[in-house]
Amino acid sequence: MDIRKELEKRILVIDGAMGTMIQRHKLTEADYRGARFANWHTDVKGNNDLLCITQSEIIKGIHKQYLAAGADIIETNTFSSTVIAMADYDMQSLAYELNVAAAKCARDAVNEFLAENPAAAPKFIAGAIGPLNKTLSLSPDVNNPGYRAVSFDEVVSAYYEQIKGLVDGGVDILLIETIFDTLNAKAAIFAAKKYFRDEHKTELPIMISGTITDASGRTLSGQTLEAFYTSVMHAKPLSVGLNCALGASEMRSHIEELSQIASCYTSAYPNAGLPNAMGEYDEQPHQTAHFIEDWAKEGFVNIVGGCCGTTPDHIKHIADHVKKITPRQLPVLEAAL
Amino acid sequence: MSSITIKPYLRLSGLEPLVIRPETNFVNVGERTNVTGSKKFARLIRDNQYEEALSVARQQVENGAQILDVNMDDAMLDGVKAMTTFLNLLQSEPDIARIPIMIDSSKFEIIEAGLKCVQGRCIVNSISMKEGEEKFIEQAFTCKAYGAAVIVMAFDEIGQADTKERKVEICKRAYQILTEKVGFDPQDIIFDPNIFAIATGIEEHNNYAVDFIEATREIKQLMPLAKVSGGVSNVSFSFRGNDHVREAIHSVFLFHAIHAGMDMGIVNAGQLVVYDEIEPTLKQLCEDVILNRNNDNNEATEKLIAFAETVKSKGKVEVKDEAWRNDSVEKRLAHSLINGITDYIEADTEEARQKYPTPLSVIEGPLMDGMGIVGDLFGAGKMFLPQVVKSARVMKKSVAVLTPYIEKEKEERKKAGAAEAAGAAKILLATVKGDVHDIGKNIVSVVLGCNGYDIIDLGVMVPADKILETAQREKVDMIGLSGLITPSLDEMVHIAKEMKRREMKQPLLIGGATTSRIHTAVKIAPEYEEGVVHVLDASRSVTVAGSLLSKEQKTDFLQNIRAEYISLKENFDNKKPVKHYLSYADALQNKVAAGWDKHTTQTPQFTGTKLFEDFDLAELRPFIDWKPFFIAWEMHGNFPEILTDTVVGKEATKLYNDANQLIDIIIREKWLKAKGTIGFWEAASHEDDVAVTNGSEKTTLSFLRQQIKKAADQPNLSLADFIAPADSGKKDFIGAFAVTLHGIEEHIKRFEAAHDDYNKIMLQALADRFAEAFAEALHLKVRKEYWGYDKDEQLSNEDLIKEKYTGIRPAPGYPACPDHTEKYKLFSLLNATETIGIQLTESLAMYPASSVCGWYFSHPRSQYFGVGKIQRDQLENYAARKGFTIAEAEKWLSPVLE
Repeated sequence: MDIRKELEKRILVIDGAMGTMIQRHKLTEADYRGARFANWHTDVKGNNDLLCITQSEIIKGIHKQYLAAGADIIETNTFSSTVIAMADYDMQSLAYELNVAAAKCARDAVNEFLAENPAAAPKFIAGAIGPLNKTLSLSPDVNNPGYRAVSFDEVVSAYYEQIKGLVDGGVDILLIETIFDTLNAKAAIFAAKKYFRDEHKTELPIMISGTITDASGRTLSGQTLEAFYTSVMHAKPLSVGLNCALGASEMRSHIEELSQIASCYTSAYPNAGLPNAMGEYDEQPHQTAHFIEDWAKEGFVNIVGGCCGTTPDHIKHIADHVKKITPRQLPVLEAAL
Repeated sequence: MSSITIKPYLRLSGLEPLVIRPETNFVNVGERTNVTGSKKFARLIRDNQYEEALSVARQQVENGAQILDVNMDDAMLDGVKAMTTFLNLLQSEPDIARIPIMIDSSKFEIIEAGLKCVQGRCIVNSISMKEGEEKFIEQAFTCKAYGAAVIVMAFDEIGQADTKERKVEICKRAYQILTEKVGFDPQDIIFDPNIFAIATGIEEHNNYAVDFIEATREIKQLMPLAKVSGGVSNVSFSFRGNDHVREAIHSVFLFHAIHAGMDMGIVNAGQLVVYDEIEPTLKQLCEDVILNRNNDNNEATEKLIAFAETVKSKGKVEVKDEAWRNDSVEKRLAHSLINGITDYIEADTEEARQKYPTPLSVIEGPLMDGMGIVGDLFGAGKMFLPQVVKSARVMKKSVAVLTPYIEKEKEERKKAGAAEAAGAAKILLATVKGDVHDIGKNIVSVVLGCNGYDIIDLGVMVPADKILETAQREKVDMIGLSGLITPSLDEMVHIAKEMKRREMKQPLLIGGATTSRIHTAVKIAPEYEEGVVHVLDASRSVTVAGSLLSKEQKTDFLQNIRAEYISLKENFDNKKPVKHYLSYADALQNKVAAGWDKHTTQTPQFTGTKLFEDFDLAELRPFIDWKPFFIAWEMHGNFPEILTDTVVGKEATKLYNDANQLIDIIIREKWLKAKGTIGFWEAASHEDDVAVTNGSEKTTLSFLRQQIKKAADQPNLSLADFIAPADSGKKDFIGAFAVTLHGIEEHIKRFEAAHDDYNKIMLQALADRFAEAFAEALHLKVRKEYWGYDKDEQLSNEDLIKEKYTGIRPAPGYPACPDHTEKYKLFSLLNATETIGIQLTESLAMYPASSVCGWYFSHPRSQYFGVGKIQRDQLENYAARKGFTIAEAEKWLSPVLE
């Protein structure tokens, strides 16, 4: 089951938002804690990644909804499952376990779905590696621009542990996503390369997805799109793409540019439009799908899906719209000048 | 079926990408941020003065460094800590961090510490096999994991390579290991084949430069994707202390090394002399020493040493004189303003703010005093516009420091219920509706801003209502209008009428390329009694504004102007009858004798259109006509003579160098995208109409004919005369083109945000030059190739600029075909709006502003001319041909009507 073979044939669909779907369950503090953390010393409501342990059926159920909607790739619920991000809940020691549990939720969902739908096309699990709540290129202290709240080595070791958990849990792909500081992403790439070299394992494919934060066309850490791509291309990724921050209509020119310069496959999973005054996303599934269909027809993309505010309904519409469209062809790499 | 190909270029990045292509010129790596090479930088780092150390980096970037080399190898320093601190700080300076970093150390732990701080794709300088293959491989793997390109020094277990053979052999071995064992892409490998000092007096050293140059040649032949770099200043080490000779040696060395294939080098970006400008004697001596010619018994070396002794005394004092830093804060501010130095302006402003009672008094006091000196020097012709704009940049930076405090004070005053203090005089500036050109207006804005006026700049394409409403609401003291195309003149007349209707009192200033004193006097001034003044250029704007704002001078000044304009108008009115005109019928009879029976028309390669989606800017560069560029900066004179002019030469050269540096960046970073289209169609003339066949569609172009009575044998020209008449039996063609430069806006915005008018105006002026160069380049291709009527043409750029070629490319709206509305037909034939994205405004200005269009005529007698004034009979005939009402025709042809 080689994802590259599938990518040659068709546009693959990645799933939509996890947070939006968890909200629908209106979980309480007690639900988040479950039996195991009933007496935990801090509040844990909002620690969505913890649900892979305490409410694994709910997470598995969401994965299955996305699979049923037509997603070819589902993301593990591990956006914050690192020793650094878990410090918010004083759950640093759970980082490895969370990743294993999340990979298992996803694997169970895929197995159940394929048992119910034996004719379905192959499904892939992407281990989601989020951007961290601490950043390597920016100082949190305006009066001390040289200060960093975290070091490169700390970030590498946090990601190393996360990757180990994801691989041990059985993911098919590593997905470094929502990158707003390229140096954090470089640390994740570094950790991945080091992990596979240390363990003498065949490298899993890496997907890289950056975030253009606003109309400046740059990442939060200030890079232009081409500079960003140049800075991560040494990962020799399976795909490079964009997600989050922008809706599809704002993302179009950027994904077009990326499709011209990237030597690997390209991915894009935008938010469901820009948030309204209440912070909610209200772009309708057919609207999102309409934009993405246009990208597909223009040959900009190989992998599409949704980020914040998107639902299984969005993914279904997207999957229906891109089904018959030829995927972007990989560029020809010339050997001579 | 994929159409995208990706070339194996070396790709690096800071905040912005740097792609090194075969056509990329030599890449400058800035060397001053190196504690081993720069005493100043070393001292700053040792003293923990990192902020100031950053200004060394900034200076390198400003001087054109494309990559920044950072080296912290000093026994007195904790290298890991210094590298980390400096690079972390550097990341928060977007103007420096935009270029890639070269992390330079002989200690790998320092290199790795550096790699951990930089998000962009770096170069590691350097790794080598001096401690054996195993260590080399391990370090290369680490570099690769950080995504860095590497410099490999030609150094192995035996030692550093000094001969060509050893250099090549070691590089080959390293290449094989990196590509085969480590998995490096060849384009990410950069060799440093060791530049050693020559002319040391030791004969074995004499061939070192030759060894480097020849090794480079062979390395590039064997491994064409790999790059060659080197630390250039080593070569002249024997002449340290004598910068004059050192710079000449560097320049000559680079000239030969780059020819041999050297791609990049570590140089002091601010200190490279132009090869061609080295004095001949010195150049000859350098050539001999570098190429090891005429050097038996160190002969050449000794000659250069002897020469060096003679120039030692007059060695250029590039060391900045920093004595002014000891002056009072007022003097320091003035010095920064006059010399355009931004390094200290923020600190000095802050110091002044604490010294003066209010932040506003800093502006009104020392800053205005400094700008006053700038204004005086400018007025006296001792400073030139580019310098003034740099001064303005300093001023804006200083004001930016004070603004928050001023706002805070205002708030406090408001709270306390106090009245607003009277501020500086306000001047509103705008480019009128339908016009998109604003370089001149921006310059006026800067110059007036420098002189203490509060400028409200409404930008381009501003409707009359908005101008006048803003003027009334903001209670401005005067209004300045600008425009470049002829329909803007009417809009200015309209605005003058509106000002009268609104019973406004502010004086109206008129400026811009098509405006003139005579037009202002005849057409605009009579419409508005409160004062209309034509301002010839930015330097006059200050005195005009000053006179109008002075209670004592205003009345006299306006009275004088009014009297002058009235006499101009009277002269103009009286002069009219002096000219004699033919009737239109007679003028038509006196057409060009084009000799159609003997003329062979040429069929173009194709009919229809051809699109140029992204024309290579580097290819356009040689076509740039510099004279108009200098005129945009109000520096008049021929190019290249202006560069050596005794009065403006120095500043013109600076401006020219800055422009070329910006062009390097524009080309390298693809700031602008040149899109163009050309077309040819079958065409036949009938009187002053030309019928054009575009597939199944017919279009009729309407031209105008000179009506003034000419000398005997002189024809009354019309462009239609250059197209074969329908009844001539010849099949003839007309062509057209439109070109434009896209992509300027984001850079303009960035310069605006940085208060950098200098670069903003520079970029606008260069985009215009590129558009013109593009038109020139396409015209050449048309003559030689696409239309091919002059296949053997061989002209120099100078001759091109002087239009010595056959055939013309006049644009609708310009003297030979003054009706702008013909542009609609040109655009429709070319489909120019859809294919290359030029919009036409209601006044037929083209947007983006850097656009050029025109018709192509191939007839050998075709020439540029002015239609001049036409008479009522032709106006009526023209209106009928075009389907205009008389009023419409009068509106669009007003520039050629009496």
